[in-house]
Amino acid sequence: MCTTCGCGDPELVPVELHEKILAGNDRAARHNREHFIAAGVLALNVMGSPGAGKTGVLEATAKAAAAKGWRLGAVSADLATDNDARRLEKAGIPSRAITTGQACHLDAELVHRSLHDFPWQETDVFFIENVGNLVCPAIYDLGQAANVVVLSVTEGEDKPLKYPVMFKAADLVLVTKIDLVPHLDVDLAKLRDAIARVMPGAKVIELSARTGEGMDRWIAWLEELRAPLAEARAAAPRAAGLRFDHVHAADGEAHAHVHPHGHDHEHPHDHGGHEHAHEHGGGDPKRG
Amino acid sequence: MHEYSLVEALITRVEQEARRRQALRVHALSVRVGELAGVDPELFRTAYETFREGTICAGVPLTVKHVPASWSCPRCETPIARGAILRCPACDAPARLDEGSDALTLDGIEMEVP
Repeated sequence: MCTTCGCGDPELVPVELHEKILAGNDRAARHNREHFIAAGVLALNVMGSPGAGKTGVLEATAKAAAAKGWRLGAVSADLATDNDARRLEKAGIPSRAITTGQACHLDAELVHRSLHDFPWQETDVFFIENVGNLVCPAIYDLGQAANVVVLSVTEGEDKPLKYPVMFKAADLVLVTKIDLVPHLDVDLAKLRDAIARVMPGAKVIELSARTGEGMDRWIAWLEELRAPLAEARAAAPRAAGLRFDHVHAADGEAHAHVHPHGHDHEHPHDHGGHEHAHEHGGGDPKRG
Repeated sequence: MHEYSLVEALITRVEQEARRRQALRVHALSVRVGELAGVDPELFRTAYETFREGTICAGVPLTVKHVPASWSCPRCETPIARGAILRCPACDAPARLDEGSDALTLDGIEMEVP
């Protein structure tokens, strides 16, 4: 009500929010992350172009993981078909397909729903194989411990420069299909240089899922990330057996321990004194 | 084309805020899109203009503020040149993205309240 003159007319008010448009997704992602950490599961968001070799790397990882005694699991997203999930199953990785229909990316809510009918708690390393796309998946936090971007040598050295948002979000870039390098005009030094211009503190592992070259470095990277979670799991083995919808850990500070470099800007929740109305708890009824 | 799902989230949030304040009408929206937000501002605008029909945002103008991306050293604060290796030449620390460079925020809503 206008209180200046008492006329009773409605008033025009500016409401300052300064709130992330993806705040709803980020809330769901935090929820997923809490569950993964509480259960001691290393969750990885695997992104890359269609055909980059995401599924191939995971297939090859299955062999190495068996030697380590790790149990793997995966959800695999595509617009249509469950081909990738079936490939992973065949490689010995229990998997579920998430068919996204028209959606070009996974979001935290879709991942959450897929977890409800999957025994993800019984895994040590859980891969979330995103939709093949170098654009949209980059901005959706899913609750993963780290983002792995898969880039094959056939895609061109300047790919990172063309898709900086994806590489900025990466914690690790896996350069795949290096067994093909002798047959191509690709210059790996140029590719590494391009990555370093879009990814701070660039971390790159070059490998071939087909020949196994470089797989040991990838496994070592996984092992390093998994170590704090494995310790937590050994200390509280029961947590891993709880059902997904019953685990409600306190706000996951442990995230910082499993993240190779703290993406503070990715998960801020500081609204710096601005007026701010935030509904906690209620799931956003978003997306059809 | 995730711009559509972003606009959907935006409008849902505006509707929620308008309900909370018992707003009679929404007059204007302002959002901020950083260069590295992963959003095409023009696509975002088109998506908004399509999606707003039939919602509380129908006919409501949208201001999109662009923020250019920049990086700097987290230790010595030296700016990292555009297109350069994202590592401080002096400190060897990985560069840090400056505030707003990847922002995708709903900054404000102008609404009419009783």
